[in-house]
Amino acid sequence: MERIEIDGVQEALERFAHKDVYIHLETTNGAYARHFDSNAYNVGAFIRNAQVRYTQAKIVGHESYRIGLKTENGWIYAEGLTDWEIDKHDRLLMAGHDVEGRLMVSLEISETPFD
Amino acid sequence: MDQQHVVIILPHPDDEAFGCSGTILEYRKNNIPVTYLCGTLGEMGRNMGSPFFANRETLPEIRKKELQDACKALDIDLQMLGYRDKTLEFEDRGEVAEHLKSILEDIQPSLVITFYPGHAVHPDHDAMGAAAIKAVERMDPDHRPEVWAKAITHNRHEMLGEPDVVNDVKDQFEDKMKVIEAHRSQAEGMLSKFRNSPEFGDMDSEGMKMLRYEEFYKWDFNS
Ligand SMILES: [Zn+2]
Repeated sequence: MERIEIDGVQEALERFAHKDVYIHLETTNGAYARHFDSNAYNVGAFIRNAQVRYTQAKIVGHESYRIGLKTENGWIYAEGLTDWEIDKHDRLLMAGHDVEGRLMVSLEISETPFD
Repeated sequence: MDQQHVVIILPHPDDEAFGCSGTILEYRKNNIPVTYLCGTLGEMGRNMGSPFFANRETLPEIRKKELQDACKALDIDLQMLGYRDKTLEFEDRGEVAEHLKSILEDIQPSLVITFYPGHAVHPDHDAMGAAAIKAVERMDPDHRPEVWAKAITHNRHEMLGEPDVVNDVKDQFEDKMKVIEAHRSQAEGMLSKFRNSPEFGDMDSEGMKMLRYEEFYKWDFNS
């Protein structure tokens, strides 16, 4: 993955608009947050292969980015994205990582289901 | 050491390395067959490296390769069960137990090592341990293997008492470190910190003790 380049991502987001696409959306602070710090809470959410069609997409921010996808009946949103790539299956992969390279959030869009 | 065949049932590639690889290495030195039933590929791991060596979609293949390398270093058989990381607790426990039971009936082990449900910190650990114990419970009592359960909560000794088995794996330590290092994506950051810390090599320091003494509770099916 590379640091997000806002125009490249915006263009890629638009390529998937008005199509039935599969979404992977995830946020996590790890399964051991509370084990290592009794004041911490484990939080996370995960959805894989949700099929949606969005009509509008926008990336906003600098250094760390927010992305919103407006769907026919609602919204999809992710915050804290830092890195992106188009992988060899033409999927748009985006994620936010901390300084040690640990994934904190990810949003991925594909025209075919994820494994 | 009087086992015929040992089966390890844990959910993540690397669980075996940290928790019981010294014990496994000892069994293998005594020519006792060991089979690892690994529940998932750790698909939801968070370490992507700095610089990146993986992303969410490439991580499973990388961890699968690491798992195979670790099993080679351990000289054990590997069966990947095909569940998905972080979802094991939501599977039907009876179905997972039946799946495990069919494999156990095939192998007929004398010992099963798994996590202690409720004392294994990660929900997948708890769920895998519970399913493994259920699987053994459902077996014919005359052919049931022993079960050793691994607890890793901070308060395990207060809650469960002293462990029934404490293996000092000092003699296997170098090889155990090689098994841990086979799981590069998981171990790299932690190990480089550890290796550079003053306690590394000091066999009585807290960090080393965790790796040196492999503790297990014998599961009592009669209580
Ligand atoms: Zn684990």
